[in-house]
Amino acid sequence: MSSIEERVKKIVAEQLGVKEEEVSTEASFVEDLGADSLDTVELVMALEEEFETEIPDEEAEKITTVQLAINYINENLA
Amino acid sequence: MSDANKVALVTGASRGIGRAIAEQLAASGLTVVGTATSESGAEAITAYLQAAGNPGCGMRLDVADDDSVNSVIAAINERFGAPLVLVNNAGITRDNILMRMKPDEWSDVIDTNLNALYRVSKACLRGMTKARWGRIVNITSVVGSMGNMGQSNYAATKAGAEGFARALARELGSRAVTVNCVAPGFIDTDMTRELPEANRELLLQQIPLGRLGEAAEIGALVTFLCSDAAAYITGETIHINGGMYMG
Repeated sequence: MSSIEERVKKIVAEQLGVKEEEVSTEASFVEDLGADSLDTVELVMALEEEFETEIPDEEAEKITTVQLAINYINENLA
Repeated sequence: MSDANKVALVTGASRGIGRAIAEQLAASGLTVVGTATSESGAEAITAYLQAAGNPGCGMRLDVADDDSVNSVIAAINERFGAPLVLVNNAGITRDNILMRMKPDEWSDVIDTNLNALYRVSKACLRGMTKARWGRIVNITSVVGSMGNMGQSNYAATKAGAEGFARALARELGSRAVTVNCVAPGFIDTDMTRELPEANRELLLQQIPLGRLGEAAEIGALVTFLCSDAAAYITGETIHINGGMYMG
């Protein structure tokens, strides 16, 4: 089983069409990885499916970087 | 994805224009779910879809109720898969001149005709963006462009639906989801059969083609807009009114 960090990075790479090595933990989806607003919504949808959870809209809006996504999963899935 | 697996949702499909749309989408090979506000309406839809050999069914839905919308969309996802074609057809009229219009006559029409677009469309977007394919068609009215005495509420919702479609078309273009409106003029349905004979005569004089439209003619246009052939049409309102209003 891959770590949460690896799983998050893999999904980010797939959803945003970037190489996995470009997905650093500090990377911002919009500023560094070229996501638009619809991409960020779809990214959250993909995370919800991967981790079999539902992320409320008000939480989803705060997930703007790879690290914040990893943090959210760690805090809410343990 | 082959058409046989595509699911179309048509609101207000028990009779009139909605029924014609549902029947023609079914004939085009989509699995169709049609909705009605009553159980008997939903059963009637199931009956005509089954008679046509369609795997879809009728469901009871109140588009003015958030919970009803969410539970019906969840049920469709579960049973048939996410709808990739949505026809927002359900609508009501509560005619009155504005000086006499009651607050509920205004708000009921806004809620059923306009607020419902927010509820139902939003609930279907996840499936469409994921599939990178989708079709949304709002059924509006010539009244949204021309106005009509006693229909300030209805006209506001129909013009509003067209603006909504243009904005949503821009939001979803990158996902190959198209959003359009079909604006019928006077169509031969239960709604227009209630018109007094004198009004009917006057009305026909304003229509170059000299007759009311057929519901099937609306169904054919909507079915085209929902097909792959219409992939390059988005944000558009297509008028279908016998020439009574030429945009």
